[in-house]
Amino acid sequence: MTRTRFDKELDNLQKSMEDIGKLCKEAILEATDTLFTGDYHEAEDSVNLHRRIHKSEREIEDSCLRLLMEQQPVASDLRVISSSLKAVYDLERIGEIAADIAELVLNEHLSIANDQLNLKSMVQTSTSMVDDAVTALSTKNLDLAQAVIDRDDIVDDDFDDAKKVLINNFSKDGNPEYLINLMMVAKYLEKIGDHAVNVAKWTKFVTTGKAGR
Amino acid sequence: MEDKITIENLNLYYSDFHALHDVNMHIQKNEITAFIGPSGCGKSTLLRCLNRMNDLVEGCRIEGSVKLDGTDIYGGDLDVTVLRQRVGMVFQRPNPFPMSVYDNVAYGPKIHGVTDKQELDEIVETSLKQAAIWDDLKDRLNKSALGLSGGQQQRLCIARALAVKPEVLLMDEPTSALDPISTSKIEELALQLKKDYTIVIVTHNMQQAVRISDKTGFFLLGDLVEFGETDQLFSMPKDERTERYITGRFG
Repeated sequence: MTRTRFDKELDNLQKSMEDIGKLCKEAILEATDTLFTGDYHEAEDSVNLHRRIHKSEREIEDSCLRLLMEQQPVASDLRVISSSLKAVYDLERIGEIAADIAELVLNEHLSIANDQLNLKSMVQTSTSMVDDAVTALSTKNLDLAQAVIDRDDIVDDDFDDAKKVLINNFSKDGNPEYLINLMMVAKYLEKIGDHAVNVAKWTKFVTTGKAGR
Repeated sequence: MEDKITIENLNLYYSDFHALHDVNMHIQKNEITAFIGPSGCGKSTLLRCLNRMNDLVEGCRIEGSVKLDGTDIYGGDLDVTVLRQRVGMVFQRPNPFPMSVYDNVAYGPKIHGVTDKQELDEIVETSLKQAAIWDDLKDRLNKSALGLSGGQQQRLCIARALAVKPEVLLMDEPTSALDPISTSKIEELALQLKKDYTIVIVTHNMQQAVRISDKTGFFLLGDLVEFGETDQLFSMPKDERTERYITGRFG
């Protein structure tokens, strides 16, 4: 084997992508746990995590640009580096959305006694999508990537169901502002699913050379 | 697209050494085709087959066919002098003749029977313009070509090749002895020239193949491993050996 240094840097890049994926998952869980537990420290942690995610995004971008410049990669190397460069953007967005959820929970003192909207299930599906999308990308696992893309329907359906429940509650009683805030949390979770799908689609590009549609 | 050169079942032997194995390739008109591969893979040997430069190598034997516009260049219907006028060549190291700039370019046309001074003047000017070096050299036409920089010498050699109005231009690592600026000029030139010529280039500079060629052929140990669109070959090669070579992981 030649190019051992380059191979090592590609390994590091892969590892950084897995790490930022873990941070994103953690950020979503901490932001949303507060909803169910009322522990506001967790939401504060999520805001801090976003700073780390943002910093990590910058570092990944820098190392991708440096590798492009130094190594002039082609073929699978080029695909790995360019897809990392694209996917890290989606991961950073996920981190930012998690921070948005955390801020909303903190500022509006949101908490859920009765999870009518099934937010817990949305959290579970969307975090598993983030997790699997990052794993699929770093292990070049097309089947896992496809599973992420397919699972997006579940989050979308959950979101539609949540909307129906909310509309129903609006007409009954309730505090409209609170309901709108919950609606936003559901929308954020649905959006996280979309970004996870984007990450998964880059696995297709890495493996087949064709941009995922 | 139209085949300019068609290589069919080409095998080449240097005495007992089997240097090219059953090569098949369609080189298309007005395209740049790049040959890449490690040293000794057969890429330069194949390039030299295209204007019968291997005829000069003792013990060299060729089977199969190389057709130029459908005529087999090894079939006896095409005189070697005519072939080399139609298929010109530029080498790795610039090799101007030890004579003036003017005489370097006029040499070929004179050999091919052009005697009229005005006609020669026109050929020299047109060829130097085509090689993008007229402005550099128009006031130094009578100076020795050996006094030019390496990059200028190489463009002069391209002008010299163009002076006999070839159809195909073979380039054997034309920029490996040049600095980056001269290299860019030769690359730009190749891209301009492909409008009028068919170009085949051997290069060790992979990025050069990516930048200028339409098709790329990867050779290994005398085999044409993979041949196709350059973009495809460098983004998603079909053969594992191509992938390993172009990504620099050839142990």
